[in-house]
Amino acid sequence: MALLEVDNLSVTLATARGPARAVRGVSFALERGETLGIVGESGCGKSLTALALMGLLPENARATGRVVLDGIDLAGLNEDALCRIRGNRVGMIFQEPMTSLNPLHPVGRQIGEALATHRGLGGAALRAETLELLGKVGIPEPERRIRSYPHELSGGQRQRVMIAMALSCRPEILIADEPTTALDVTVQKQILDLIRDLVRELGMALILISHDLGVIAENVGRIAVMYGGTIVEAAPTAALFADLAHPYAQGLFAAVPRVGWRRDSNARLATIPGVVPDLPDLPNGCTFAERCTLANDACRAAAPMPIEVGPNHSASCIRTDAARLSRKSA
Amino acid sequence: MSLFLAKRFATFIATLLGASVLTFLALEILPGDPALVILGIDAPESAIAVLRLELGLDRPALARYLGWVSNLMTGTSANSYTYKVPVAELIRERLEITLPLAVLAMALSILFALPLGIYAAQSHDKSGDVVIMSASQIGISVPNFWMAILLIMFFAVNLHWFAAGGFPGWSSGVGPALKALLLPAIALATVQGAILARFIRSAILDTMREDYVRTARAKGLTRRATMWRHVLRNAAIPVVTIVGLQFANLLAGTIVIENVFALPGIGRLLLQSITNRDLVVVRDLVVMIAAMVVTINFIVDLLYAAIDPRLKPHDV
Repeated sequence: MALLEVDNLSVTLATARGPARAVRGVSFALERGETLGIVGESGCGKSLTALALMGLLPENARATGRVVLDGIDLAGLNEDALCRIRGNRVGMIFQEPMTSLNPLHPVGRQIGEALATHRGLGGAALRAETLELLGKVGIPEPERRIRSYPHELSGGQRQRVMIAMALSCRPEILIADEPTTALDVTVQKQILDLIRDLVRELGMALILISHDLGVIAENVGRIAVMYGGTIVEAAPTAALFADLAHPYAQGLFAAVPRVGWRRDSNARLATIPGVVPDLPDLPNGCTFAERCTLANDACRAAAPMPIEVGPNHSASCIRTDAARLSRKSA
Repeated sequence: MSLFLAKRFATFIATLLGASVLTFLALEILPGDPALVILGIDAPESAIAVLRLELGLDRPALARYLGWVSNLMTGTSANSYTYKVPVAELIRERLEITLPLAVLAMALSILFALPLGIYAAQSHDKSGDVVIMSASQIGISVPNFWMAILLIMFFAVNLHWFAAGGFPGWSSGVGPALKALLLPAIALATVQGAILARFIRSAILDTMREDYVRTARAKGLTRRATMWRHVLRNAAIPVVTIVGLQFANLLAGTIVIENVFALPGIGRLLLQSITNRDLVVVRDLVVMIAAMVVTINFIVDLLYAAIDPRLKPHDV
């Protein structure tokens, strides 16, 4: 049995223009120690998926579907039971380390809070554990920094504090939602390396969410590509890069600039035409059809089901044959 | 910290100087002779001449200003024209009513607004929130003098629990004195508390949308623990601002309520002094009220620094 099973997860947002199905029928499984990357443009539903896993959706959102953690259906749990799981069995790192830390509390206290809540630690034991965590995430002078306030730390250090906080109770799953997007490029790699090393060391499963393919590709074993609230393609990282089947995934990968491209050549950086559709107006059929060069009437008529295109490799597209053919000829 | 205090003290002095200059100038450029203004145009020439001498109007304006300010600083003050007692004594007497009344009204206002605001925020858009917000809307809409009249009719006239007005003085004991201030304090606190409750609610709701509140929940804290440890202190910053403004308002702006309850407070003194053209009292009162407002602002600043480490003075 997988550690985490997500089955047909949907999230509906109540908006001024009516209900918006921001996440639609997302399913995946995560084994112990497995690393999964979720990649997609902003607004594709990847962050809402993560918040739905934590049971922390905003007030105007409703989730349906099943999220099963180690045999426990989270939908059946009351708020107290969910609190015992959050931060304890599932840890989460957020995008903005500046706003995600409480400006009024010293960072040591914020890191120790989960330990006090879930492990009942206090006093000297709590302090010792907090100091060890600060050291583990590479914060220099933990003895001094334990008393620092968030505004006294750099962006990278703040994100290290967030990581220490998320890992404090040794969760089985770590969810990192765009953990490096708000950081300088030089700091990004340090933070990603830190997350990857700690995930390995502690044997955690990782769900890494990013809009940045480079970030995802180097750090996870398996990738799910999201578009319009649903997973359009999922495969082990190597297999996905070797054989992209979904036209959106192809477009996304083609839109990544590569070193060595000559600006004066005819090879302009590829873009995907059109824009992400508004959630309340999502079409009945394939959500990507409006922007897809291969779309036909069948695509617009009904939402495509995921099909196997290789071992452990699925794509939600009825025109994968044409898509793969056009990619090979390109 | 000492530099911070020194800076604040300099601002305090500068503000008071500014207020004193403005007050003095305003009374100075009033058309006509102050003695004539005070006594009225029908007064005999001899009486006006006597008053002119008494007020020192024969001296140049600058000398009179400096004399007034040095008197303010040494605590000696001129006699009120109408009351024939030193203005300082007059103000002190009146402050003994206005200050406790303002403190009592503010305390009542906070006492009701805090739990109601927190509860309304916690039950956002549910029935409890709607009931509290509707009630506070009514509280804001009711003019406080009308509220005062209702209170008098109900508690004094019908139930005879309270006197309808007046103040027995602190010499009659703390109990009776506070009792005389309770109805006016409730009348004042109704509006202030209703505004404050709405403000606390929205400050909490704003804070609850912050990322660090989501972080706290992601750590496994319950809603209650998140509220107490992460939301309330952050929400306190805007609330402290409003409480400061409201308190300043209560100190200077209780004229109507003091009149309804026949309380000899600062507001009534100011009103009477203006009607009696007792300019000596008016200018001292204005400067004193300015001093109180600046002091309150200073306390609010200290509270900010106590709440938020980012606002701590750098030279601690």
